[in-house]
Amino acid sequence: MKLSSATFFGFKRENGRVGVRNHVLILPVDDLSNAAAQAVENNVKGTLAIPHPYGRLQFGADLDLHFRTLIGAGCNPNVAAVVVICIEDTWAKKVADGIRASGKPVAHFGIEQHGDHDTIMRASKAAREYLQWASELRREERPLKDLWVSTKCGESDTTSGCGANPTVGNAFDKMYPHGVTMVFGETTELTGGEQLVAARCRNDEVRKKFQFVFDRYQQVIERHKTSDLMDSQPTKGNIEGGLTTIEEKALGNIQKIGRKCLVDGVLDKAEVPTGPGLWFMDSSSAAAEMVTLCAAAGFAVHLFPTGQGNVIGNPILPVIKLSANPRTVRTMSEHIDVDVSGLLRKELSPDQAGDKLLECMFRTANGRLTAAEALGHREFVLTRLYESA
Amino acid sequence: MIHFVVHEEGDGVGVVVVEGIKSGQPLKGWIMEDDQDIEVVAKSDIPIGHKVALKDYKVGDTVIKYGVDIGKVVKPIGKGEHLHVHNVKTKRW
Repeated sequence: MKLSSATFFGFKRENGRVGVRNHVLILPVDDLSNAAAQAVENNVKGTLAIPHPYGRLQFGADLDLHFRTLIGAGCNPNVAAVVVICIEDTWAKKVADGIRASGKPVAHFGIEQHGDHDTIMRASKAAREYLQWASELRREERPLKDLWVSTKCGESDTTSGCGANPTVGNAFDKMYPHGVTMVFGETTELTGGEQLVAARCRNDEVRKKFQFVFDRYQQVIERHKTSDLMDSQPTKGNIEGGLTTIEEKALGNIQKIGRKCLVDGVLDKAEVPTGPGLWFMDSSSAAAEMVTLCAAAGFAVHLFPTGQGNVIGNPILPVIKLSANPRTVRTMSEHIDVDVSGLLRKELSPDQAGDKLLECMFRTANGRLTAAEALGHREFVLTRLYESA
Repeated sequence: MIHFVVHEEGDGVGVVVVEGIKSGQPLKGWIMEDDQDIEVVAKSDIPIGHKVALKDYKVGDTVIKYGVDIGKVVKPIGKGEHLHVHNVKTKRW
């Protein structure tokens, strides 16, 4: 596929970023505000509430990550406008101000001293105005480099490492020279292959930063582990699918970054990249957590290879699923956007598989709903660093 | 028909890519990186996605896949047998 003149049709936002969806987000800052947020979503059809279980009595770096993730989700270019609801007005304003910096319309509402009914009424009025305003925004043709692409695999098996993950790698290798902004992560899931990622870092500074976050995550495992992590990392599903050790899983995982891309920088969780290229984000390997962090970092489309059939989706970030496992493609066809099982029968070359994925990526960017979107998978899962106070 | 794939020459395991492999069945393999053919006779029933040993292993041996160490052998494994969590463990964690 020739990508030098490739374009897609997206929504250009106030800050220059380009989205592929046009959501009006109803964003609860804490667990207590979920009910009001979902009531607003119900009142104003076509808006999108993203309930979650956290936001109370968090502190320090964990609270910073909470705010960064919520503000990042609101700033994501797939979002046109945001209604923020929080039990406390000042934190509603804090999140709204963070999102407003992107230039998009934001309103915020605190529940205390108003109650749910009054809050829902006022927030619904704002949501209705935003929804109708957003409905008149039009897609425009944009160069490929305006598309930010993330990847993370899930319920991997051995076919992931020889089929679906190298297909993402092929697509990444093809997009990299065109200035696309791309990210991968899953820090513990590089264990046994971390030396290969370190070798791909652009320079010593990036390598040092990568090694620092890798070692830090290993220390978390060492501190808390009660076994060799069997059934957790690799998961039961990984083992059922034939993966034996974390090293084997990691080597399959790393296939996603292809053979030519360099790792240009290292991001903290939910941190927004500052330029094009391939970024590594220090992150959990749990699918919904990692994809949520990618959404918060501003990524607009996600490539998700699976072996045994992870069904994940995300409310903001369209998740394109591909699999090379012929059994999964047969038994879970409603979840699979791209079937690359032909790779393992020599019926499809790696180059053809990469093109097949890219073609689906462009169609998705242009508006095609992914399997996860059609099935209503909206897993918005916040990463926690430690206990609440 | 390809029954199993091997990432690269020198790897000690192949990945079964079809369903229903039974003990005693001759298997045809494809070494992807080098585009070479390879054959082995299955000595276990091996589910799709699971690995077949391409050599004999003794306890303490290292298993190589993708040209890289993926763990240590904890029970002897014969060529053609099912290689998985019952006979191979991580060297990390």
